[in-house]
Amino acid sequence: MLAGQSVTLERVSMAFGDFVAVRNADLHIEAGEFFSFLGPSGCGKTTILRLISGFNEPTGGVIRIGGADMAGIGPNRRPTALIFQNLALFPLMKVWENVAFGLEARGVARAERRRRAGELLELVALEGQGEKLVSALSGGQRQRVAIARALAVEPAVLLLDEPLSALDLKLRQKMRAELRTIQQKTGVTFVYITHDQGEALTMSDRIAVMSHGRIEQVGTADAIYRAPASAFVATFVGESNVLAGRVIGTSGDEAILETAHGSLAGRNPHGLDAGARAQLVVRPERCRLLDGDAPGNRLAGTVERLDFEGAFVSLVVRLDDGAEVTAQLANDGSLPRLKPGTPVAIGFAAEAALLLPVAGDG
Amino acid sequence: MAELFRRLGAVAGALVLGTVILWVLFLVVLPQLFMVDMSLRPHLPVPEQGGPADVRSLANYATLFANDAHRGIFLRTIFSAALVTVLALVVCYPVAYYLAQVARGPTAALLVLGLVVPFWVNEILRTFSWFLILSRNGLLNQVLMGLGLTEAPLNMGGVGAVMVGMVYAYILFMVFPLYNAIESLDRNQIEAARDLGASWPRIHARVVVPHAKPGIAVGCIMTFMLAAGTVAVPQLLEALPGGTNARWFTQVIYSLFFDGGDWNSGAAYAFALLVSCVIFIFVMMRVFRVGIADVAK
Ligand SMILES: Nc1ncnc2c1ncn2[C@@H]1O[C@H](COP(=O)(O)OP(=O)(O)OP(=O)(O)O)[C@@H](O)[C@H]1O
Ligand SMILES: [Mg+2]
Repeated sequence: MLAGQSVTLERVSMAFGDFVAVRNADLHIEAGEFFSFLGPSGCGKTTILRLISGFNEPTGGVIRIGGADMAGIGPNRRPTALIFQNLALFPLMKVWENVAFGLEARGVARAERRRRAGELLELVALEGQGEKLVSALSGGQRQRVAIARALAVEPAVLLLDEPLSALDLKLRQKMRAELRTIQQKTGVTFVYITHDQGEALTMSDRIAVMSHGRIEQVGTADAIYRAPASAFVATFVGESNVLAGRVIGTSGDEAILETAHGSLAGRNPHGLDAGARAQLVVRPERCRLLDGDAPGNRLAGTVERLDFEGAFVSLVVRLDDGAEVTAQLANDGSLPRLKPGTPVAIGFAAEAALLLPVAGDG
Repeated sequence: MAELFRRLGAVAGALVLGTVILWVLFLVVLPQLFMVDMSLRPHLPVPEQGGPADVRSLANYATLFANDAHRGIFLRTIFSAALVTVLALVVCYPVAYYLAQVARGPTAALLVLGLVVPFWVNEILRTFSWFLILSRNGLLNQVLMGLGLTEAPLNMGGVGAVMVGMVYAYILFMVFPLYNAIESLDRNQIEAARDLGASWPRIHARVVVPHAKPGIAVGCIMTFMLAAGTVAVPQLLEALPGGTNARWFTQVIYSLFFDGGDWNSGAAYAFALLVSCVIFIFVMMRVFRVGIADVAK
């Protein structure tokens, strides 16, 4: 029966000629975990998946599945199944033949194949559609055929390459829930790729955020959102205001950053010392409108625009040097009239802000 | 049709359409009808033509089946053409697959060039080059003797030589339809099949070949028609030492027309060959379950 296995990457690199698509990836995915790779287009997500599934051999490092070194083992002999970005269903076969193809490859008799295909189609809520051609199905149904086809070979690890990107928003949300359900029902390890942070945050047990072939951070959705490891993660996962400066003093687990907009205090989990260059990141929803000369972190500027978003409004403030910061304010009727050009100041608590080292700085 | 008139206007549209109709009528339909008519009449001296003896019958066709030699050549030609087709398919499929799905960038371009360049030379010369390679003091014999594999030159003529020459003569007509068909297959489907554990033979049998069927059908049809209809290749290569001088059916037709002057029998034989080829096309389309529209693509 189905059971997940762990996936381990040990300093895995992949170079295409001079171009390094994946650099020193170190990672352990638990058996039965729903693990996502999140990153912008071209950051190497598909490449990592192809390395795990065996279509490419890494140019450096070791890949283990269930603890076993996968070097030299082809995709047809790994306990993985890949769901392609474009699904790659077989258009000339019936739906049930698509689902049963992996069993056919294993020499399972036809009657047994039919029976198993029927079971799997039921699992993905496609019972009775087996005799159709793939072209007669809707986008969401094809999606499910691809899942059933991959599950048919009883993989320990299911690899999914942005499988929902071609679907419309409604269907995407529905399929997210279904994928999660199927994952929990089967216990198979899911390695899911997406450039959609909403998708990664809602579905995954843990997420690896990637940029330019590097894994920037690995953690739960909550941890990544609360404590991004880099300015890239802070801006890619959710929104963040980022202000650069130099640390001028520390006190306990907080530090003071000297920026072009004055001194700002924030948490200092990386233990940056005075003199270090750093970036301060703060989420828009942690910023508030200041009135009067309140003490604490303060950014003064003029209203650039006010975007109405329903339950809240986004206030974009232009600072003196042209930089923009955004504050997300509750739309609870307490907001003053803020026309573009009005001088305002926004502030945030020191514990809401995070100081991060600048990459390439010791 | 309406599209043609919309784009070209009434006058130009009518001109284009008219030209096509005239072309087909005068160069295809009428000559064929003339041939059929001729094939049904007896071969008579000129004064008796149109006379009481000039009645239509199937006598000329009957000779084809009654004459053991001619019937034998006819059947052997059809069989050989089919064999050439199968051999060409076997040789060309891996080449086309490699070009379409494996080779990348400059390698692929170079390979295609290597395939195409010889075809800038006319068919007779290309075949003659095989004659040179396979003749008694030809390249192959010299290589074999140089390697000490044989003492004296071998006679290379015979069925094998003709098959080699024919397969080579029509290789492009098989490779390119196959290449086009295989190239349009999404590589992810091949990888998906592999990921699901399929062996290479199974991937080809279940994914690549079914997708390439129309291309296979077109390639087979073209190769078969050309092989069945050629005069030059068998004539040249049967002349190699060791050759059987077995004649190709087209050579029989040729000699009926130009040596015997019996145009009526020649027309009957030619028409019989045409009908066989058309039957072959329909059989192929049936076997590969492809429609006219797929083939015309
Ligand atoms: N076979 C290859 N040869 C050369 N470069 C490649 C190859 N495959 C991928 N790359 C390069 O590696 C980088 C990462 O590609 P990859 O397909 O992994 O990106 P991705 O994160 O999946 O992007 P997307 O979200 O657009 O699918 C890209 O810059 C790409 O051009
Ligand atoms: Mg990708």
